[in-house]
Amino acid sequence: MAEDMEQPFEKSSMSNEEKRKINREQRVQMIAFAVMIGLTLLAFIAAGSDMLPGTFTIPFILLLAVVQLFLQLYYFMHLKDKDHGWPNSFMISGLVLTAPTIVALMLLIGIVKF
Amino acid sequence: MANSADLSKGLPANPEKATLDGKNKFLGAWVFLAGETTMFAVFFGTYLGLQSGTAGGPEPSEIFQLPLVFIMTMLLLTSSLTSVMAIYAMKKNQFQKLKRWMWITVALGAVFLGFEIYEFVEYVEHGLGFTTSAFASSFYALVGLHGAHVLFGLLWATLLLVRNRNAGITLTNAPKFYVFSLYWHFIDVVWVFIFSAVYLMGIGG
Repeated sequence: MAEDMEQPFEKSSMSNEEKRKINREQRVQMIAFAVMIGLTLLAFIAAGSDMLPGTFTIPFILLLAVVQLFLQLYYFMHLKDKDHGWPNSFMISGLVLTAPTIVALMLLIGIVKF
Repeated sequence: MANSADLSKGLPANPEKATLDGKNKFLGAWVFLAGETTMFAVFFGTYLGLQSGTAGGPEPSEIFQLPLVFIMTMLLLTSSLTSVMAIYAMKKNQFQKLKRWMWITVALGAVFLGFEIYEFVEYVEHGLGFTTSAFASSFYALVGLHGAHVLFGLLWATLLLVRNRNAGITLTNAPKFYVFSLYWHFIDVVWVFIFSAVYLMGIGG
């Protein structure tokens, strides 16, 4: 078995059905990428324009970032696929800890101290 | 090691998870990334708390340049896509394509890192040293930590590519390439938050 692990394969075991599926998936990834580029452009335009007030820009940019986070995690990193139960629970735990950490630090060293 | 896949038909459709070894690497990578999430959260929180403490030194809106950040964002975002392409090539047993996409990923990452070094040198010339102000220290710590992750990823990918240059796609190296691509996407996600919370909010907020 050990030498099997080091052996390359002459062909893929994928059936035509599986190949069609994977090509379709690849197209979906391209669409996800196009959406990400679009979101990035929107964020830069919102920040660069002088007409928009900061009270609108900041929540808007953060919302776009969160959407991009989910696109990366669920499409590029395949969290939406099956057999990702544990990765999902790890990542969700990490993100749940993130929000109070950032808020607490901003309050403690940003507002209380200054 | 127990193989759940039938190897006589060729490379399994999900070579990264065909062995117990691969499954363990996959799970371990996710535990690591979840831990990284909280580590970056601490650096983000510190930066957002201290960003107004400029101590008479340069302020965020004075030094940040939107065009440079935009180019860097596009580079890293595209390199995330090319590593997705590399993994699809791997699943289809196309070794040459896997190598080509991986090298493109490395090249884009290297250009990104070059821009970041240029950016830091520029800021230092504008009088923003690491110890100039609380803003400076927390900015360099956060963005520098991300840059260090990019550098680590570049060395990792280069080592993988050099070691496996003639190996073909095997059940040993498939999980390694897959885990690298997860790491690389994660680094891209962190950058999305850096350009939003640090640069764009520093300029437009």
